[in-house]
Amino acid sequence: MDVRKPYEQTYYPPVPTKFTQKLRVNFLYQFFRFMVLNLKMLRMVRKH
Amino acid sequence: MAKLLILGGGIAGQTAALHARKQLSRNHEVIVVTPNSKWNWIPSNIWVGVGFMKQEDVVFPLAPVYKKTGIVYHQAKAISIHPEGNSESAVPYVTIEYTSPEKMGQLDIVQYDYLINATGPKLNFNATKGLGPEFNSHSVCTASHAESASSALHELIAQMKKGDKKDIVIGTGHGNCTCQGAAFEYIFNVEYLLRKNNVRDKANIVWLSNEAELGDFGIGGMHLQRGGYITHSRVFTESLYTERSINWIIGAHTNEVEKNTIHYETLNGEQKEHRFDFSMLIPPFSGVGMKAYNRIGADITSELFAPSGFMLVDADYSKKSYEQWSPEDWPKTYQSPKYNNIFAVGIAFAPPHPVSKPMFSTNGTPIFPTPPRTGMPSGVMAREVAFSVVDMIKGKSDKPTRTASMAKMGAACIASAGAGLFNGTAASMTMYPIIPDFKTYPDTGRSLTYTSGEIGLAGHWIKHFLHFAFIYKAKANPFWRVVPE
Repeated sequence: MDVRKPYEQTYYPPVPTKFTQKLRVNFLYQFFRFMVLNLKMLRMVRKH
Repeated sequence: MAKLLILGGGIAGQTAALHARKQLSRNHEVIVVTPNSKWNWIPSNIWVGVGFMKQEDVVFPLAPVYKKTGIVYHQAKAISIHPEGNSESAVPYVTIEYTSPEKMGQLDIVQYDYLINATGPKLNFNATKGLGPEFNSHSVCTASHAESASSALHELIAQMKKGDKKDIVIGTGHGNCTCQGAAFEYIFNVEYLLRKNNVRDKANIVWLSNEAELGDFGIGGMHLQRGGYITHSRVFTESLYTERSINWIIGAHTNEVEKNTIHYETLNGEQKEHRFDFSMLIPPFSGVGMKAYNRIGADITSELFAPSGFMLVDADYSKKSYEQWSPEDWPKTYQSPKYNNIFAVGIAFAPPHPVSKPMFSTNGTPIFPTPPRTGMPSGVMAREVAFSVVDMIKGKSDKPTRTASMAKMGAACIASAGAGLFNGTAASMTMYPIIPDFKTYPDTGRSLTYTSGEIGLAGHWIKHFLHFAFIYKAKANPFWRVVPE
């Protein structure tokens, strides 16, 4: 990410911390999320 | 013996054809008319567009699948529907024009007892001057368009490696486009590819869209419960763009694409332009342009189709303001109000109105997304309509027995944000219902229990897995029905 400049478009939105960015590609955590997301999607499929 | 004719062999058409063939005995005929010789898993086209996959990875020939399953296949495009037959016979039929090399241009008729229109859209590049692969912008709407976009992108990367700076614009090519999701996936995959090639600092990437706010996606956006807050997808999306240093231009109607310049009008009525070296702009969709005639040959197209070319079904098409919209406006059975044996599914049906609030520039130009009806909802409605038709053919009912209203249906969507098995990411989203229901969910229009979103590597694994699962299913391989729509 470039340095954010005050009053520019990208100055205001929240951005992830380094920890969050690492968690997004952490193999073990993402394997757990893979299971959770699959269950969420199956629940959605079963709603119809 | 009944004849079920399905127009279109995409996600909706293929789903309807396979389910109907499975449910009906061989005394009945299932016929598919589609101009394409190959089936395309369209959600993976964005990966073809960045070179992560080849064109042949996302398509396969239809003829062997139809031969294996006993479905009659005509590689042709439908020209006109004759729901009352003609002066000689009352049997309804469709006029088709072959597109296969051996019969190219020949006309024929295909009779039917039941008709499911699943033609999908016409990619209406002509709506904007200079738009499309034949002119000045790229597209990822078909596998061949995506492959051409990939070639141009890799040439651009080669120039950036030599030190050149480039401008990239990705988004929508008209004020009434839908399918922002595909462009959203593509911009992040392009950004990921540039980072992978160590040339990210050489590119200025801009998102150009007809959405009034980022994260609208043609569904008015959605609220998510996360980190102790109920947050709109606008915040979620702005964060993704900011993190990747992508600027955005929203509320924009592209009115012309010149060789290296996009001309657009904004909601506040300003006429602006933006320079580019590479652009991928999604075209607006329209119906495929079929005509309809009654028994005496009079044109009844306006009775079967909306002016947009999409087919009228059991929706409430009366003119209403945004405040008057109701989930009940949306179709349930997808049956034509005029002819009981005609149905339309997927993009082919005419929505009663948009989902996003209609916005107009100060000059009166409409600038708002039209409603998406692709992917999971398209498959679900195709399956339910196929089951309804099967029940009608079997004499169980003279009315559709199944419903699949988008106002009672949820959807799961995986939007790729970079294709890498160990460092790729994708936004995984679920929502319920697709059409907001502010009576049941007054604050947000949707259930906060069933509406969710997160980004991570897991999403990429799921998208990659679904690529193989849906192609497996579309090929009607053993146990294909285990894979949900």
